[in-house]
Amino acid sequence: MSITVRNLTKLYGEQKAIDDISFDVKTGEILGFLGPNGAGKTTTMKIITCYMPPTAGSVDVDGLNIFDHSLEVRRKIGYLPEMNPLYLDMNVIDYLEYSARLHGINGGRIQQRIKEMVHVCGLEDVRHKDIGELSKGYRQRVGLAQAMIHEPDVLVMDEPTSGLDPNQIVEIRNLIRQLGRAKTVILSTHILSEVQATCNRVLIINEGKIVADGSPEQLQAEFRGAETLTLEIRSSAANPVDQILPRLRTLTGVTQATLLTHSGDQSRFEVHADKGTDLREPAFRLAVAEGWVLLELHRKTTTLEDVFHKLTTS
Amino acid sequence: MTALSGIRFSNITTIFRREIRSYFNSPVAYVVIVVFLAIIGWFFTSSLFLANVASLRTLFELVPFVYLFFIPAITMRLLAEEKKTGTLELLATKPVSDIEIILGKFLAAWTLLGATLLPTLLYLATILVLGSPDVGPIITGYIGLLLMGAVYIGIGLFASSLTENQIVAFIVSFLIILAFFMLDKVLMYAPEGFVSTLEFLGADYHYSNIARGVIDSRDLIYFFSLLGFSLLLATTSLERRKW
Repeated sequence: MSITVRNLTKLYGEQKAIDDISFDVKTGEILGFLGPNGAGKTTTMKIITCYMPPTAGSVDVDGLNIFDHSLEVRRKIGYLPEMNPLYLDMNVIDYLEYSARLHGINGGRIQQRIKEMVHVCGLEDVRHKDIGELSKGYRQRVGLAQAMIHEPDVLVMDEPTSGLDPNQIVEIRNLIRQLGRAKTVILSTHILSEVQATCNRVLIINEGKIVADGSPEQLQAEFRGAETLTLEIRSSAANPVDQILPRLRTLTGVTQATLLTHSGDQSRFEVHADKGTDLREPAFRLAVAEGWVLLELHRKTTTLEDVFHKLTTS
Repeated sequence: MTALSGIRFSNITTIFRREIRSYFNSPVAYVVIVVFLAIIGWFFTSSLFLANVASLRTLFELVPFVYLFFIPAITMRLLAEEKKTGTLELLATKPVSDIEIILGKFLAAWTLLGATLLPTLLYLATILVLGSPDVGPIITGYIGLLLMGAVYIGIGLFASSLTENQIVAFIVSFLIILAFFMLDKVLMYAPEGFVSTLEFLGADYHYSNIARGVIDSRDLIYFFSLLGFSLLLATTSLERRKW
């Protein structure tokens, strides 16, 4: 089930919420939307789910245009909106039945699907409670259950793990990964580690434009800057601090080496090198050759945070 | 605009059932019904015992006035609340058309109205025991009340679709209903050429015609076209997010 987004633009009055974005999502992909608040993530999702029309551009879900085949498209999509709106006066089972009926599930299948969803989303203990009485974590699970009750091929989730405790987050992420194998999943999040943990593709959006597209690993590789290596070495009479630093500078590729801290006999050094130079092995061999006691050796990697920060601040 | 031919009754039924359950799960429905019956009952019994008249006239004269407050009260929630809590987004992204949403909610409010009028049949029973009233106008009177109520509910739904704020929805629908209620009561101030037009536009004029015991096609056309128009407006207003 593929999603094709072409030249999508949405204006709110004069302001461009999204500005001419295009991308494709294929089955088995778990696409993470990343971006600062107001970047256009939610707007894009609202357009894909047929809630709002774009100002210009088109979206096809499984080859069906969201305008010409709106109802068919909606049948294929399961949607968990931002803030997870729910009818607080309904109990869990009734609400799931309501959702199932609106999705046109056959009468006989409804009870079976509800049972499956209650099981998958861990709602057994609360199924006869009113949604208004539930904790945020349970509400989020109810939101997920209603999004998946009709076995949609496409799942669109706007911040699916917001408000969950760490254990629940792990559960939900596992669930999403599991679903992602057979379905197309689009999710948005602020939490960068979440993207790394669940998504196999990341789209970073900033001010309505796509600024990066690729797997988390690709993005990290692409935006890797200069190498930084941190070493902690125990100095001794044979190896005083002021002799270590010049030796470190002799390593090939080193552009700069500095002493960070020095307390007692423990010294921390930072060594910078050109992009793409892995200094860990030469540094280790040097330490062995010199007889240094290496307490710590750490290569600073480019995190998604760095990539995100770089792309979304100007 | 969604074609009427594409309407699926299963969707309307699903939305209808949820709204009915929502009405009766909360105290709102009971409070409104009790207040309604208390007002009508007080005037009915006072005319029965004090004036010694076995008639439903007070009922049929008073209900249109009570509608002014009753209908906005039962319709203000219908769409405004879904807009405010965001559930409208969930509803609108399900394979349900906007007209199905409007019709489901309309039927639920109309059913609540019917359920409120139902206990007044006790008054009818009392009168049938105590006297021998003309049954014809009573039957058409109820038909008139249901038709006028339907139109007002349509207006209330439209008002509720305009805003997230239930109070605003209440006031807007109250004002529109008041206009329709007052039209035939301010004729003396109207320029002569407009009198018949204004009278025809007034809801109470057509209701009184029906309540008198004559069901004229002109009155039916008036109510049904106004109902259709208000539901259409509500649907269009719900689709407004798409503009």
